Amino acid sequence: MLIKPTPDLRESEVTPRELYLRRREFIGAAGAAAAALATGAMAPGEAAAQNPSAQKLANLKKSSFSTTETMNSYRDVTTYNNFYEFGLDKGDPARHAHSLKPRPWSIKVEGECAKPGTYNLEDILKWFPLEERIYRMRCVEAWSMVIPWNGFPLADFVKRFEPTSKAKYIEMRTLLDLRQMPGQTEPALVWPYREGLRMDEALHPLAMLAVGLYGEVLPNQNGAPIRLVVPWKYGFKGIKSIVSVKFVEKEPLNTWQQTRADEYGFYANVNPDVDHPRWTQKTERRIGEFFRRKTLPFNGYGDQVASLYAGMDLRKHY
Amino acid sequence: MTETQIVRRVIKPIVFLAALQPAGWLVYNAFWGDLGVNPVETITNHTGIWCLRFLVLTLLITPLRWVSGLNALARFRRPIGLFAFFYGTLHFMTYFVLDHSLVFDGVWEDVVKRPYITAGFTAFVLMIPLAVTSTTGWIRRLGGRNWNLLHRLVYVSALGGALHYFWKVKLDTTNPIYYFAIVGLLLAARVWKAATKKRAVAPAAARVAPQA
Repeated sequence: MLIKPTPDLRESEVTPRELYLRRREFIGAAGAAAAALATGAMAPGEAAAQNPSAQKLANLKKSSFSTTETMNSYRDVTTYNNFYEFGLDKGDPARHAHSLKPRPWSIKVEGECAKPGTYNLEDILKWFPLEERIYRMRCVEAWSMVIPWNGFPLADFVKRFEPTSKAKYIEMRTLLDLRQMPGQTEPALVWPYREGLRMDEALHPLAMLAVGLYGEVLPNQNGAPIRLVVPWKYGFKGIKSIVSVKFVEKEPLNTWQQTRADEYGFYANVNPDVDHPRWTQKTERRIGEFFRRKTLPFNGYGDQVASLYAGMDLRKHY
Repeated sequence: MTETQIVRRVIKPIVFLAALQPAGWLVYNAFWGDLGVNPVETITNHTGIWCLRFLVLTLLITPLRWVSGLNALARFRRPIGLFAFFYGTLHFMTYFVLDHSLVFDGVWEDVVKRPYITAGFTAFVLMIPLAVTSTTGWIRRLGGRNWNLLHRLVYVSALGGALHYFWKVKLDTTNPIYYFAIVGLLLAARVWKAATKKRAVAPAAARVAPQA
């Protein structure tokens, strides 16, 4: 049989590289669009790109703290979450968090400060310009992502309330509401979720409160309407859907330490030299990558934050 | 068709196709790029849980035979056991190749230092001699009594698998406890059967082929 040579492919017929690389997004978008047509609605956070119904955040200031690493997709960031208030499976928050009502929202500020009170989120948002900060996020389960958060420095927020000299730590709490957060009917953790930082950690310029990601209002499954982001610590320190901030003198007991003190401590700094009892912390899987990569001390933010822990035994204070 | 023919030509192919479904699910979803945000995790969990399920099924067959009197069930014990080994191998290879990129040191450190990996690895390694000696030729070579004795290692594998699952879970141990309970029940059934048989059969008339 004679095999005819195939004609050369014309330049115009070649898919541009950028489009080719994004082919899955198109397939996903086509699928989502078809599903939306079929059901007549687009489920929140299910779109392949951003969520078309989400409110956009304007005038985002670029931050010099941002990494230039490749960001994880909106889908990665919004469909793979640990947020046990909505279920234990990583897909549960995206499926169930629609029951959360992030507006109106207020935060109760109390404890060792000059200006305690209950503050409306709408007012808080007027206090600070919003920034975009692209941070690495390292989960204690040994996976990581790169996420473009939108928010403001935690330090600016803290200073507003004029903490006293007795304020050595800050304790934060998540909403406790069995109807909005059905996972709280299960005794998986002691609710509400609690987290804390030492005052110098809270005042560190890298620590931030996020109210959005990818230039849009924070999706419910990512901790709407306001959450903590501390990029040099394991992800569980980043408490979500915050309703209470308390300035305290003693180190607060955070939820995971309360649950399993042998596995999770107060500091929870990313540390490749201190293994979790059940898995290694030396390496991590960056979501979307085939090979594991080495985990960096303080998640690569050591130059900025290592001095906070000078003289401390981080094996003991894990 | 005789009963043997029905089992061989109709039921066996159906069981085989059904047992391949979990693998088919993986291939299908991998092809469509639909294994979730963390595909390695998805594949690991999927192959692991199916290995454990097939181990439970293997242990279920003999008690089911006692209860139902359907001796044809015995023909499915080896194939189902081999499917457990098949999914166990996929599970281990996912961990070794995809998760640890064939770096032996990392795997060895896990096996030595982390109890849940120790349990899972032991469970898997103990299945290897069982898979190797699963042929009729090996039954003949070892003799029925020795072969049955050797294949009791599957009890250890099932318990090891359940323990591996229990220790691996971060918070909600409900499912691992179910698996533990089922494996425990199936093993207890064997102990009970052996105890009652000893009482019923006079010691002089010991049976030749003990049931595994």
